[in-house]
Amino acid sequence: MSKKIALTGNYAIAYAVKLAKPDVIAAYPITPQSPIVEKLAEMIESGELKASMIRVESEHSALAACFGAAVAGARVFTATSSQGLLYMHEVVHWASRARIPMVMAVVSRTINTPWNIWPDHSDFVDQRDTGWIMAYAMDNQEAFDLTLQAFKISEDPSVYLPVMVGIEGFILSHTAMPVEIPDEKLVDDWLGERTQPYVIDGLEPKGLGPLTLPEDTEDIFYGIQLAMENSKRVIKSVDSEYGKLFGREYGGLISCYYCNNAKYIAIALGSWTGDLIEAVNTLREEGYPIGVIRVRFYRPFPREDLWEVLRGAKGVFVFDRAISFGAWGPLFTDLVAGLIQYTNKLPIIVNIVAGIAGVHVSAEDFHNMLLSLINRVESGLEHGYFDWVRIRR
Amino acid sequence: MSESQVKPPLPYSARDVVLPGDASCHGCPIPIALKVLSAVFGEKMILVIPACCTSVIVGTYPGQSLKASIIHVPFASAAAVASGVAQALKMRGISDVQVVAWAGDGGTADIGMATVSGAAERNEDIFYIMYDNEAYMNTGIQRSSSTPRGAWTTTTPILGKGENKKDVAKVLIAHNVPYVATASIGYPHDLYSKLQRAKNIHGFKYIQIHAPCPTGWRFDPKYTVKIAKLAVETGFWILYEYYNGKLIISGPSRPLLDSSKRKPIEEYLKLQGRFRTITPEIINSINEYIESNWSWIKKLM
Ligand SMILES: Cc1ncc(C[n+]2csc(CCOP(=O)(O)OP(=O)(O)O)c2C)c(N)n1
Ligand code: SF4
Ligand SMILES: [Mg+2]
Repeated sequence: MSKKIALTGNYAIAYAVKLAKPDVIAAYPITPQSPIVEKLAEMIESGELKASMIRVESEHSALAACFGAAVAGARVFTATSSQGLLYMHEVVHWASRARIPMVMAVVSRTINTPWNIWPDHSDFVDQRDTGWIMAYAMDNQEAFDLTLQAFKISEDPSVYLPVMVGIEGFILSHTAMPVEIPDEKLVDDWLGERTQPYVIDGLEPKGLGPLTLPEDTEDIFYGIQLAMENSKRVIKSVDSEYGKLFGREYGGLISCYYCNNAKYIAIALGSWTGDLIEAVNTLREEGYPIGVIRVRFYRPFPREDLWEVLRGAKGVFVFDRAISFGAWGPLFTDLVAGLIQYTNKLPIIVNIVAGIAGVHVSAEDFHNMLLSLINRVESGLEHGYFDWVRIRR
Repeated sequence: MSESQVKPPLPYSARDVVLPGDASCHGCPIPIALKVLSAVFGEKMILVIPACCTSVIVGTYPGQSLKASIIHVPFASAAAVASGVAQALKMRGISDVQVVAWAGDGGTADIGMATVSGAAERNEDIFYIMYDNEAYMNTGIQRSSSTPRGAWTTTTPILGKGENKKDVAKVLIAHNVPYVATASIGYPHDLYSKLQRAKNIHGFKYIQIHAPCPTGWRFDPKYTVKIAKLAVETGFWILYEYYNGKLIISGPSRPLLDSSKRKPIEEYLKLQGRFRTITPEIINSINEYIESNWSWIKKLM
């Protein structure tokens, strides 16, 4: 039987992991991620979850231990944030290049110094080139669903890549919302036993990752690129079969709101999209033909899906909650690079970077920004631009 | 076939595991140590190897010079990956495979120190073996914290290393792990019996193998074993085991409790180009270092 309970984003992830029945969990504390692993530790010590918990001495070791366990045939999980994610970065690359399925939760918090534990997406997007599939949730239910789906996607033989699931720290991680937990038996049947491309368990001699010449290495990396392409199909089919079984389908790599006949489209990732949608709601009521695309998967980058929606748009407003210093927002970069593969006539694309280091961006802020953007396009703006909007109250 | 014709009581023939032909330098100590390891564990071992000379020695994809399992891992991560492998095997009910983190002195004494300490404190059921060639050889003979005082390296090119060698075995004893031993490629039987004893012990087992490196220490490759023995005979490298709260001096080092039985340190130093410009003051300080090691040993016996 499924049940609905109030859970924080962190606990929603912990409950999803429990249902995925991992064999090994290794993690290291960091705010705001810690409650995920604390909850899992409690489940293990109380006997609810039969897994081994490695209480490592650093995030580098957390992912390294997960890597070792996964290579040896275990389903594994870890979670981290910000500094912890940066600290383990070397192993983040290592895991995907070894094509080893695993799942990690990233509870976003900005990058220091100065000390600051509020959320933006800079830690998450910093992993852009690691070869992980990168999903980002908007609410706690989706955090739960994506975490469970992450195991399925990661272990799909046409993918075999690790998957990270992001949520914003505090905004989701420490805020309780009702979350529906599906029936355990149904999940077991759907998720099944772990599959992986190879197992090194000592029962027969095998090697992983020796010195490899450039051409062979390039072939291995090219395989990751192909797997990323394959994963788009898998992500969509997992989303729709999950929808049929458990009643929630999100639209695959992106979610669209009011996109039909929209002349203007705003794009964002993560839970601040909730405020963006609220603003667009109001603008729709005020008669503006505007919609929202929420990017659910940042890698693989959903260029086809975005093009399908954006091909008729006049103005596109990309909201980035991260900054590539000296340039602009990362979603914007990817969007433009993605769209020029389909057309020489781009719509007007404007990039707004905001909400950095946890600065709050309200629905009203979004409303004001969107209104002025629409007005600028209507009054003959000829090309796009980038602006870092620092909201102060 | 009579009893006496039965093969020696080695569970495995090392030659079946350490295959002929690898990428090591002439006179390299590493294959010597790997052969002893293989004689104890055979094919059923998983070596977790971070960046070091061994990662190159064991061969280029798709070949492999060892008929055992190898996982190549990031420089600082061997003990953590090995922990994960061991936990996975435990969860999967596989109990006859030995998990061995196999790392150099740089990967252990320096960048991997926290990771080794973590795995030791958690008492993970693994072997951690540090082969000690006393510098970062893979990257071109740079100083490590395990380089002895007075040694030339490419990052101590004129003055030589100014500090004493870090004693990692001592650090592991302080972790109170079930088994700590020092060994040397000059004494394969001693290493063999240490591995045999330790493999029956549950928990974290640390063995540090002194491994003279002709390329980095600047000596004639034919002297690898001779120099390994001289390190022991001069009392510079002391062979012992530590378990059940007690230190037991191993055979080759036991007579040297009596300092008059030790060969002069100069015999060890003079064969190595890395000590070519060493001064009498530094030789004195090395002798003091040796003496203080022995008095520490005596306290734990
Ligand atoms: C994080 C990281 N830093 C630096 C290196 C470069 N590196 C590779 S091997 C090595 C030295 C290894 O020294 P040691 O552990 O003593 O093994 P040896 O080469 O002497 O066998 C270094 C510095 C690396 N691979 N990874
Ligand atoms: S540098 Fe030394 S340890 Fe490394 S392969 Fe050559 S001889 Fe062996
Ligand atoms: Mg070394």
